Amino acid sequence: MTTSTLPHKFGPYGGQFVPEVLIPAVTELERAYLEARADPAFQRELDHLLATYVGRPTPLTFAGRLTAELGGAQIYLKREDLAHTGAHKINNALGQALLAQRMGKRRIIAETGAGQHGVASATVAALLGMECIVYMGSVDIARQQPNVQRMMLLGAEVRPVESGSRTLKDAVNEAIRDWVTNVRDTYYLLGSALGPHPYPTMVRDFQAVIGREAREQMLTQVGRLPDECIACVGGGSNAIGLFDAFRDDEGVALVGVEAGGDGLHTGRHAARFSDPKLGRPGVLHGAYTYVLQTEDGQVADTHSISAGLDYAAVGPEHALLHDTERAVYTTADDRQALAAFQLLARCEGILPALESSHAVAEAARLAPLLGRDKILLVNLSGRGDKDLDSVLKALKEQA
Amino acid sequence: MNGIEHIQSAFEAARAEQRAALMPYCTIGYPSRAATLDVLEAVARAGADLIELGVPFSDPLADGPTIQRSTQVALEQGMTVAGCLEITAQLRARGVTQPLMLMGYINPLLAYGLQRFCRDAQAAGADGLIIPDLPPEEAGELVAACREHGLALIYLLSPASPAERIATVVAQTSGFLYLVSLTGVTGARSSLPPELPAFVERVREAAPSLPLAVGFGIATPEHARQVGQLADGVIVGSALVDAIGKAADPVEAAGEFVAGLRKGMEE
Repeated sequence: MTTSTLPHKFGPYGGQFVPEVLIPAVTELERAYLEARADPAFQRELDHLLATYVGRPTPLTFAGRLTAELGGAQIYLKREDLAHTGAHKINNALGQALLAQRMGKRRIIAETGAGQHGVASATVAALLGMECIVYMGSVDIARQQPNVQRMMLLGAEVRPVESGSRTLKDAVNEAIRDWVTNVRDTYYLLGSALGPHPYPTMVRDFQAVIGREAREQMLTQVGRLPDECIACVGGGSNAIGLFDAFRDDEGVALVGVEAGGDGLHTGRHAARFSDPKLGRPGVLHGAYTYVLQTEDGQVADTHSISAGLDYAAVGPEHALLHDTERAVYTTADDRQALAAFQLLARCEGILPALESSHAVAEAARLAPLLGRDKILLVNLSGRGDKDLDSVLKALKEQA
Repeated sequence: MNGIEHIQSAFEAARAEQRAALMPYCTIGYPSRAATLDVLEAVARAGADLIELGVPFSDPLADGPTIQRSTQVALEQGMTVAGCLEITAQLRARGVTQPLMLMGYINPLLAYGLQRFCRDAQAAGADGLIIPDLPPEEAGELVAACREHGLALIYLLSPASPAERIATVVAQTSGFLYLVSLTGVTGARSSLPPELPAFVERVREAAPSLPLAVGFGIATPEHARQVGQLADGVIVGSALVDAIGKAADPVEAAGEFVAGLRKGMEE
């Protein structure tokens, strides 16, 4: 049995701020994860399924027409939208589901915002023959119908969450309440690099395949590393998965893009790092990290056109990367994300997820400011088919 | 007498009467800001030995629907951490002498400032803190602040806690131990969990001299009587909050409900 443990914190951030009933569960999870990580058979099975089921490696695409249109830095896209189920979420869902199987847990619970993690969880549960229950805020259910239908067809039960703001934050609350209640036989398949230790570390590790592949692909296809890596940040799993491989490459800037919603000045956004009035270190969902909150420490309501970024806290490792300035965090608002969605669709024939559109928006802002010799690597974390209703509605409102 | 001693004396006084101590829970600011003080006073006068005062938080992840709703109502009416401390002080001013435990989640306390919170809680007349999302490993700064201000910091144990975990928590709690009767969130249940006696027994062996109070799921005078025979304290929250919420006269309902529990425990 492995006796060593992983670091519980990233600088001051992270930890295990959970009810006592979950302490044995997170301890057991950490032990099981350490053992699995050290077991070549586990890694082999994961790699095999990533290749033959998920479709990895995902391609690195040069966005030639977009680059020409913007007239500056070259833009490359890491195509997580081409992974099975249409987003990076499957990398983590598969890793954790294999771990759950190894731990002998047959019941999987998950939270979802945009529905991508819910779909990924329902998918791996079907693949491995497990029961799957997905908690989803009723606001998100209304705006991400295609994903709700997919989850149901995959055999999962979608439980609407009516408490609080009825979005991702509340879905996490309900998933944790279920976990607290059914802790003995249930595995909580958390979908982002947040929550109590060991989730932020474990989810990062399962998503790090994105950055490992992209770094290798940059070197073989382009012959050098990018100048900037750009990813959207809700909980932050696609971003940390991309950043991880580049963190020691001094010349590579890491850029996280938060949801600016209606604009920072309106207070209706999900910009934990960019609005110091609302975003301050605190505790939400088991971790000490940046949390959008009122002066009285109540968690603030958030807003974003993209359900996956509509979240009041952020993964604790991002909090450390922010404080140490190894990564910079910027925002794109709803309008900019929507414009980027259309731009990518028309220039490259790719409909990006509204989440990923925030990263595209930052690339579109930056590229014209930089020379043609510069390279931007954008994590295209998911595809946009799920967002057609939201996009068409928003475009109509703009018109 | 500091908070820890005050709490211990309440358990001793109940024990001297050969019964368990009754510890009702109410959310501060529920059912309304105007009524909360009268409700709490009624609870105190109806036979509570200690009182747990809920400090509302927007995301109470250890709580079931009843207490979630009550905290939401309190927040909608503008209840704040400072407001909770004010109510605590006013309760003392009305002559309520029982030990008062502030029960709340860690984030609002962090926002208020842990040092400042403990100082102001002591000044308001609180005796201890119960923070369900703060296990001992994360409590360093709050432990120091509580010690400085004579406040008890009460930890929780669950039926899922293995022996080594029980030992760890027992060594660090002060005042009493809060035994969560079941794996789950707060909320009234129709019956008590069958494994409760064995759980209380396991903790008793590890902590022969600490008062053990059991909460979660205790809803009726009969439940309170049964738990009172196992443990040193009986905590009732959701069922009381529910009774307060449903009644035309919440003050009267609170008093009657607590008196009923107390009567059950004396049978």
